[in-house]
Amino acid sequence: MTHEPRAESPSTTAPRLGKAAFFDVDGTLISTNVVHAYGYYALNEGSYLGIARRGLTTLANLPLFGVLNLVDRKIFNEYFYRQYEGLTEDRLLTLNQDLFDDVIKPAIFPRAQDLIDQARRAGCRVVLVTGALDFTMSPLARHLGADDLIANRMQFVGGRATGKVIPPIIEGANKADVIRDYCEKHGISLGKSFAYSDSASDYAMLTAVGRPTAVNPDLRLRALARSYNWPVLDLR
Amino acid sequence: MRPLKTLKKLYDDESHIIITEKGSPPRVMFYGEDFWVEDLPVGTRVICARPPLEGVPNVKAAIRYAINHPEGMDPLHALLEPGMKVTVALDDISLPLPPMKTPDVRQQVLEIVLELLADSGVDDVHLVIANALHRRMTEAEMKRMVGETIFDAFYPDRYYNHDAEDPDGIVELERTSHDEVVAINRRAAESDLVIYVNINLVPMDGGHKSVGTGLTNYESLRAHHNAKTIRDTESYMEPSKSQLHRSTERIGRVIDQSVKVFHIETTINNRMFEEPVGFLMKKEEDFTEFDRLKLQSFKYALSKLPRPLKRKMFFNIYAPYEVTGVFAGATEPTHQKTLEQSWKQYSVPVQGQSDIVIFGMPYVSPYNVNSILNPLLVQVMALGYLYNLNRGVPLVKKGGVIIFTHPCYDEFDPEHHAPYIEFFNRLLPETRDAMKLEHKYEREFAKNPSYVHLYRKGHAYHGAHPFYMWYWGENGRQHVGKVIAAGAENNHVPAIMGWDRTDTLSEAIEEARGFMGRGASISFVKIPPILQTDVRL
Repeated sequence: MTHEPRAESPSTTAPRLGKAAFFDVDGTLISTNVVHAYGYYALNEGSYLGIARRGLTTLANLPLFGVLNLVDRKIFNEYFYRQYEGLTEDRLLTLNQDLFDDVIKPAIFPRAQDLIDQARRAGCRVVLVTGALDFTMSPLARHLGADDLIANRMQFVGGRATGKVIPPIIEGANKADVIRDYCEKHGISLGKSFAYSDSASDYAMLTAVGRPTAVNPDLRLRALARSYNWPVLDLR
Repeated sequence: MRPLKTLKKLYDDESHIIITEKGSPPRVMFYGEDFWVEDLPVGTRVICARPPLEGVPNVKAAIRYAINHPEGMDPLHALLEPGMKVTVALDDISLPLPPMKTPDVRQQVLEIVLELLADSGVDDVHLVIANALHRRMTEAEMKRMVGETIFDAFYPDRYYNHDAEDPDGIVELERTSHDEVVAINRRAAESDLVIYVNINLVPMDGGHKSVGTGLTNYESLRAHHNAKTIRDTESYMEPSKSQLHRSTERIGRVIDQSVKVFHIETTINNRMFEEPVGFLMKKEEDFTEFDRLKLQSFKYALSKLPRPLKRKMFFNIYAPYEVTGVFAGATEPTHQKTLEQSWKQYSVPVQGQSDIVIFGMPYVSPYNVNSILNPLLVQVMALGYLYNLNRGVPLVKKGGVIIFTHPCYDEFDPEHHAPYIEFFNRLLPETRDAMKLEHKYEREFAKNPSYVHLYRKGHAYHGAHPFYMWYWGENGRQHVGKVIAAGAENNHVPAIMGWDRTDTLSEAIEEARGFMGRGASISFVKIPPILQTDVRL
């Protein structure tokens, strides 16, 4: 399993015969999002004072998160991941399996595994492409049987999170870039590949592949899917 | 007791051909979800269906008699042992058309068979809808088909749709002598007995096609649902002249060697409509003033309704079919009896082919019950079904013209027909060559995870199904010289399909005459009710 957001180098000029299925995660395969994951870490911060401080700050910021998410996913990510500042790496890594068991696993949509299995039977590499942090998504990727995970990576200095994400931030148009790089590196045909997302913010990723599909789509994506005759799935 | 209405003959047996004269009444024909009332040129041959055969006076008695006196097998009760595993397979919602009034004949068969199974100590019983690559039936449709009591007792654990994409749900048997894949539903394959409950609307259905097609998967269907087999099939409705049926027979015989299958086949008459649209069952010559009033009222009401409401209205009109025969036993002798009974109802002798054949295109096909007759389905109705309603010799001459009446609206149901949308918009503009489409794209669609998911978890036709729809029109496409969509409301749908379009039927006839010559012979096939021409050359 790779965790690099970008492929390191283009591969040879071999014909691209393979195909992949790229899955957005939040809202597509699971009903939770990055805020739930952070909330879990905040509530397990280790001290009552820390829990209270992070919990209250998060609550107070929720309206702002909501607005930023609607306005610009990139700014939202940059702002949101600042909340991680000061959390220790070992605690985050220790808690990620608990986070998966307690929060993420129950939130997996009932039909998500079927779709992933079907993609594998169709000969696709299964790749999760998410704006969430890699350490929160690793157990999910293992659980779903994904071949690769492309996720955001938190910067740590001296074992503590700086609140900055190592660029490029995986969101919006950058998702299209990273899957192009991924296909280049692995000899995969973009035209034969599939992409699945619930949000119009992933429009760039969906249009980068030959077989886009809207999954549990928001209103904007549903309208786009209807306009472009993309299939619409419901995994809930 | 037989109701009085079933004793009433609507018209004489022998008057099913009318030659239009000056003063002949205009003909009523479907135009999708509307009616057209059109004057046809003098000399047009109007081919009408036989009147509905009388139904059996007591359906349940007929079912009991059939399963107690089967063809080529022991009676059903003698095949049963306590503790055995039985699967009852059922034809899906594509039959009959329009859907029949309740109780559905499948429910009546099940009420008898399930009681017999229970009395014989057979408790391990599953009901499987043999939908092959068709869409899964909805819960409400499943309930309507078998009735509330059976539904409540079996659904969902023991009454469900066949899943052709379940990796653990299909068993491959040995291949046929022609190396055709034989695969069937695992539950059926592992049962001590399979009982197949069929409704035979047209002679294409039933027989070996039931289990071998209804309970199989994509890999096995590829053996005969392909462009070449369809091209080599002279008529879908005449099994002896059908390459398609030869393949399904080979597959069916392999299945019969591995699985004990007891068929219960039923035939129904062609009583497709009753009041308030009973006029559709009459020749226009027999219309009363009240019939004309009802027709005009319907036309007026339809002109005021939006299309989705018109669809809704038509799909709430259920057919008062009557069961005309029940046959049971081994596959081939049972189906032979069914075919004989089927032809009695549908066969209309016709002397000679025509240069131009006109069909009124209805709102329904086997693949859009409770949904939209999209352009691909209009195609399959025109060139697949209506063209093929014959006994080996097409009604239209080689190189002749088919005219049908339909708006050809560019509408698709994304829930039922998701892969059709891509097929129509992406593939057909590239090529209409069935061989090329099959070779280049069929497997890609069939294996597309999104389409497989929509088939398995939603209510969509399988990714391979739009290809089958195109192949189904293949021998029609190869045979005719021109297809004209009369009343097509846009240019692009006919253009993508390779058809001409006109605004009116008169213009279409003029164009067809221009193509075939002024003296071209014209036939109008008056459907409903359903019929099949038996053309003598």
